[in-house]
Amino acid sequence: MPENLFKVNIEEYMLPGQRACQGCGLSLAYRYVLKALRENTIVTFPACCLTVLHGLYPTTSVTIPALNCTLASTAASASGLVAGLNAVNRTDITVVAIAGDGGTFDMGIQALSGAAERGTDFIYVCYDNEGYMNTGTQRSSATPMGALTSTTPVLTKQQPKKDMLRIMEAHDLPYLATTSPAYPIDLYDKFVKAKRIKGARYMQIAVPCPPGWGYAPKDTVRIGRLAVETGIVALFEIEDGKFRFTGRTKTLAEKGNKLPVINYVERQGRFRKMSIEQLRQLQRWVDTRWNEYLKRAEG
Amino acid sequence: MKKKDTNISAMATPAVGEAGKTGDWRDMRPVCDHSKCIPSIKKKAACFLCWLYCPEGVIKATIPLEIDLEYCKGCGICAEECPGKAITMVNEGEKNG
Ligand SMILES: Cc1ncc(C[n+]2csc(CCOP(=O)(O)OP(=O)(O)O)c2C)c(N)n1
Ligand code: SF4
Ligand code: SF4
Ligand code: SF4
Repeated sequence: MPENLFKVNIEEYMLPGQRACQGCGLSLAYRYVLKALRENTIVTFPACCLTVLHGLYPTTSVTIPALNCTLASTAASASGLVAGLNAVNRTDITVVAIAGDGGTFDMGIQALSGAAERGTDFIYVCYDNEGYMNTGTQRSSATPMGALTSTTPVLTKQQPKKDMLRIMEAHDLPYLATTSPAYPIDLYDKFVKAKRIKGARYMQIAVPCPPGWGYAPKDTVRIGRLAVETGIVALFEIEDGKFRFTGRTKTLAEKGNKLPVINYVERQGRFRKMSIEQLRQLQRWVDTRWNEYLKRAEG
Repeated sequence: MKKKDTNISAMATPAVGEAGKTGDWRDMRPVCDHSKCIPSIKKKAACFLCWLYCPEGVIKATIPLEIDLEYCKGCGICAEECPGKAITMVNEGEKNG
């Protein structure tokens, strides 16, 4: 029934009773990532919350073949899979590397940049929960300014979030897209599209994390939606250099009714020590990017 | 999945309930009042936003709607996102509804 309503693959590849937290944004996102990628896919990922979700030997909660790797090596692991599958003529299989923001923005960046530059035929997915969540909410370069983490416990994080999207775009990829589990159909459509494209593709999913961000599990979709409605997260895709807004971001851009970032910030415990000056800086950070995006969407 | 590949030293097999009966994690459980649930009222596939947003994939989009309480973690997203306010979170231990 929902397959007609939402036009999504009805199959579930993530089985009930997996190990991720209540209300985990990654779980919701991954449900749709797998629905879109479906059979003939192999995923590889390092230590992170996704490893927890996949489960402990000798059982796993995911029905798609998966290979564990070490933290900095996700894209290298994928490159090896691509080479191996090529050697045995299995070019019908999509290789997907997935890591958290710690495993991407920080520790995995050189392997990822290498694979992207070589044009390795794979999809790289970064699920961005804005910290090293699996090990207890340490700060990463994806953590936004003003957030409390276990390694910025007093003064909050002082630096703005690293713009990984611009770094990845500089690799001239055939496809790059941003997604959010608060908009599962937008996410699904982008992964379906990514699977059809050849070459190195980069997908970034903004996943809300209840324990790491300090909000109730029931609010995961609401927080994800607010991230988009305040422009903290912009939904777009860049296909062969052509920039396009999608979904909710597209209507926000058309109507010009983006909300102020305070609407997003005030609902999360991690921002409780944010200063007024940091809030202003965060708003400026969002507005600068938003205006750049608007210009590109017009052009 | 069943065939053992001798090149792989540790291969896990897919299983429902990998983390055990995750329904045990709940302190609140979702209860659906079908008289307020849009597909039940319209008697056809409609809404199903609870199915769409459940991070665990434990809601069956049938008429009437079914929730697998053995594995539902009780996050409350379905109740929060339900446009018809058909789902309420009830303390475990209390009677239905
Ligand atoms: C080389 C190495 N350093 C440190 C660790 C410990 N470790 C395991 S998971 C993890 C956090 C990864 O964070 P991220 O990639 O952001 O994913 P998340 O936990 O947020 O899902 C760390 C530091 C490790 N496994 N390997
Ligand atoms: S820590 Fe956050 S991202 Fe990790 S499993 Fe829990 S909710 Fe999901
Ligand atoms: S979201 Fe609410 S109204 Fe819609 S199908 Fe689910 S229970 Fe019924
Ligand atoms: S409470 Fe959470 S896990 Fe349970 S059915 Fe609702 S959305 Fe799914």
